[in-house]
Amino acid sequence: MQMTRGMKIQEAKAYVANKLKLSVSEIADPVIMTEVRQDLKLGCMSPQAGDAHGIEAKFRIAEVLGIEINCVNKFKNKVGL
Amino acid sequence: MGKIFTRYGDGTPTEMSESELRADLEAGTADAADRGKIPPLSEDELNHLYDIFSSPYKFISVEPGKEIVLTYDGAHVKMRRHGVNVERIQGLQIYEKVMGADTLELCHVDYSFKPIKPMVTFEQPVMEQALLITHAPMFYGAMPNLGLYSQPDGPFPNPSELMPAGKIEEAQESHEKSVEAAVEDIVYIGSCMIECGADGINIDSTGAAGDADFLAALLATQQLKAKYPDTCIEIGMAGEFILGMHAGLEFEGTRLAGLYPHDQVKLVEKAGATIYGPVVNTNTTESTPWNVARVVTFTKAVGEVAKIPIHPNMGMGVGAVPTCDHPPIDTVSRASKAMVEICRLDGL
Repeated sequence: MQMTRGMKIQEAKAYVANKLKLSVSEIADPVIMTEVRQDLKLGCMSPQAGDAHGIEAKFRIAEVLGIEINCVNKFKNKVGL
Repeated sequence: MGKIFTRYGDGTPTEMSESELRADLEAGTADAADRGKIPPLSEDELNHLYDIFSSPYKFISVEPGKEIVLTYDGAHVKMRRHGVNVERIQGLQIYEKVMGADTLELCHVDYSFKPIKPMVTFEQPVMEQALLITHAPMFYGAMPNLGLYSQPDGPFPNPSELMPAGKIEEAQESHEKSVEAAVEDIVYIGSCMIECGADGINIDSTGAAGDADFLAALLATQQLKAKYPDTCIEIGMAGEFILGMHAGLEFEGTRLAGLYPHDQVKLVEKAGATIYGPVVNTNTTESTPWNVARVVTFTKAVGEVAKIPIHPNMGMGVGAVPTCDHPPIDTVSRASKAMVEICRLDGL
């Protein structure tokens, strides 16, 4: 959110927490966030089979956070989405 | 309390008494206040630093809720530098999956825009492939490095030879031509990487060659943001003070020579940059408490005026981190905690 919207850290945390329907403290918890990341296919540090990888996760991040991600848009153009 | 363990700015271990610790904290903040013409830390803030340094624990951290994100310069380059023989994309994967990096940065080992220009077509596919298999935001990073534009490395007469010969105007003209060439290179390479899908461009170690170097970064940022308004541009600095190698250069009516971080950030914002990375240098002959008090004083002044996110540089030799190859965690964690809890940071 800092990179795409220029948000300061507290505003960025609140934005992400709101989009994920979590509290600000929960988005810094690795156990909670691994479950959330797996459920929403956002990519995680220790991906299991079936989890989102790389660009797959970025498609979902763009959608869930409501942001434009440059390489996701390039990917869509290339494959005709 | 017995002696308090700490280190000098070169990492050498030392011990201090309570009064020595207090004296060094006060001297560090006074030095920054005097140089930057900014307020020193308050009594409460100095007491907080005192508590941080008198903690008996080897590693300390921030309170829950005060976590910040990290950006990195030359991320994967450190792998090869340390003899870990992985290629760049593998290095980025290790940063993301093993080290839990918040952001990634692809770069060339030379880490300067000028030498990348003739081989940028070799860099672009690496960026495209890296973007496919990672999910953290990806920067492409390099330095303006204006030293590469003067002879014998570049096309323009060397200002460092012209100045001692009394050829002041010729030296300044050389700096000005170097700025034009560097801006063209940064915008060209930045555009190539953004067209490949990069999330941001990190113009790093800015100001290393003085005011002309800083001006090149500001002008390139202005042009890149005009061309790609949604792209993130991070300007990271090389040092705390803009050296007046030209001495007459201005950006939007402000003379660049002599600016400290709290004034630099205002110009970085005017140029349209998204994130600013201030630097405060580590003094190797002073203690870590002295260095931390000094860096916190400078950076707090930045946080109070910055409208954009700030990510102060904290690595070997800057941000009160000791100038040694393996910065000790006791010192790095104390400096980081102090910075995050007293200054209004958005990342490191």
